[in-house]
Amino acid sequence: MRMVALIVRRELGAYFRSPLGFIILSTVLLLDGLLFNAYALGAEERRSSAVLMLFFFYSSGTTMVASVVISMRLLAEERQTGSAALILSAPVREWEIVVGKFLSAWIFLAVVTLSTIYMPMLIFVNGSVTLGQIVAGYLGLLLLGAAGIAIGTLGSTLAPNQIVATLLSAGMLVLLLVLWWVGNVTSPPLSTLSAYAAFYPKHFPPFMNGVISTANVLYYASATYLFLQIAVRALEARRWH
Amino acid sequence: MIAVENLTKYYGSKLALDQVTFEIGRGEAIGLLGLNGAGKSTMLRILTSLMLPSAGRATIDGLDVVQNARAVRSKLGYLPDIPPLYGEMTVHRYLMFAAQVRGLGNKDAQHRVAEVEEMTSVREVGEERASHLSHGYRQRVGIAQAIVHRPSVVILDEPTSGLDPAQTVEMRSLIRSLRSDHTVLFSSHLLPEVAHVCDRVLILHHGALLGQPKMSELAAVLGMHTVLVRVRAEPPGPRELLAKLEGVHAVEVEHEGGGQIEYRLLLNPDVRPQLARTLIEHGFDLLRLDRPELDLETVFLRLTGHKAPALGTKHANGRADRPA
Repeated sequence: MRMVALIVRRELGAYFRSPLGFIILSTVLLLDGLLFNAYALGAEERRSSAVLMLFFFYSSGTTMVASVVISMRLLAEERQTGSAALILSAPVREWEIVVGKFLSAWIFLAVVTLSTIYMPMLIFVNGSVTLGQIVAGYLGLLLLGAAGIAIGTLGSTLAPNQIVATLLSAGMLVLLLVLWWVGNVTSPPLSTLSAYAAFYPKHFPPFMNGVISTANVLYYASATYLFLQIAVRALEARRWH
Repeated sequence: MIAVENLTKYYGSKLALDQVTFEIGRGEAIGLLGLNGAGKSTMLRILTSLMLPSAGRATIDGLDVVQNARAVRSKLGYLPDIPPLYGEMTVHRYLMFAAQVRGLGNKDAQHRVAEVEEMTSVREVGEERASHLSHGYRQRVGIAQAIVHRPSVVILDEPTSGLDPAQTVEMRSLIRSLRSDHTVLFSSHLLPEVAHVCDRVLILHHGALLGQPKMSELAAVLGMHTVLVRVRAEPPGPRELLAKLEGVHAVEVEHEGGGQIEYRLLLNPDVRPQLARTLIEHGFDLLRLDRPELDLETVFLRLTGHKAPALGTKHANGRADRPA
């Protein structure tokens, strides 16, 4: 785990020492703030729990987009600049590289996501919501973000540069999102399978409502594990080129 | 130390390395010489286990580069053709990371980074970001990261590429200094670079190993007793005088014009002192008397018995191969 920790530290340094990190942070804060004011609070009266639910709904969108943007550089940038040769010629295992990169991006995403906490806290102070709903909502965002980052890590491992990495990851994410639609237009067992595998409608909304279900936690954890496993294999396979 | 046996690499249907076999002993400094696209970088990437061969075997200290990739990597220091720097890191932080990711503990890494910063003269830029460094410093930092973990083998891919003459001289001296503690394998497409640093050269062309002469043998292959003589004279000049001298076996006019003539002479034994005295005694102004610079085309031509590979083709510098 020492190698993983070293890679996490270096990568986190890269996020906070480069403009990209601050651009992502400020953009997410700006978008979440605007969406919160314009739509979640809105003009009409709402119950505070509904406002909080809407906040998590909009935040889930920015989290998914941010996860793709944050992870695009992980390996693709190293390949572009030639710095990958350092880490790939060092006695580091491929899984250590992938996990280190993933964790750094996830920690950065967590910093970005949790920096919006003042908005739910405003609802908590001025309205009537439970801390449990806030905790559940953020847990959902972090799990959704973890799966998004894992997809982004795979995209970045496969792509020759950051633009292709972004397109590839976004493509995979959109494919997983529209699986619910496949579920709607097909018959069982394909519809059941598609509905379960879909990235969002079945698994995220319970978190917005303050419900933490093991099945949904397991879904996002499994998706994260699966995409990281594929990323490790893809990195190993690059030696065959 | 390094043993390569019938190493072959295909990129799709394109043959990049063709059954290359060689051995390198501990403490040797070896130059991997070849024109662009000869297969040098492919060879080095296989040895660093960044790439798998299509066939054949390579071992470092008896460890197979495919089967024991991690163990092999811990014995290697590698500088690719583009130094693998992280632009946003300072040089000192970067070298600490390079040391630790190669398995050095924190204290050992600090000690060792201080040593290599001194050795490669990068201490003065230690707090600068890598992205702000000049090309020369980038190469130096690249070498520093390659040796920071005390590897037994150092592999350098075109380390002098893009350097100005002063930086090239410094880099040669740095590479020479590595020989005391490491086995050094470095690639170049410039014969003089290799000649200044190496004990032996491996000559690759179109993926095949043409030969692996020692520098002294290479000198013989090239004919170190070939000399160029330039005098101030009008044709025919001192041609007959030179041809009659004992030890001069052939005289060819290399260039003439502008009141000067340059001859290419084949000597055996080396009779340059007598040659100089004779010309001056006969009243000729001696403008030049030296050995011609070693050039890669000549090596290829000699090693292939004038059936030169790629004869008549143009190189990247625009010069065409020509028979010797």
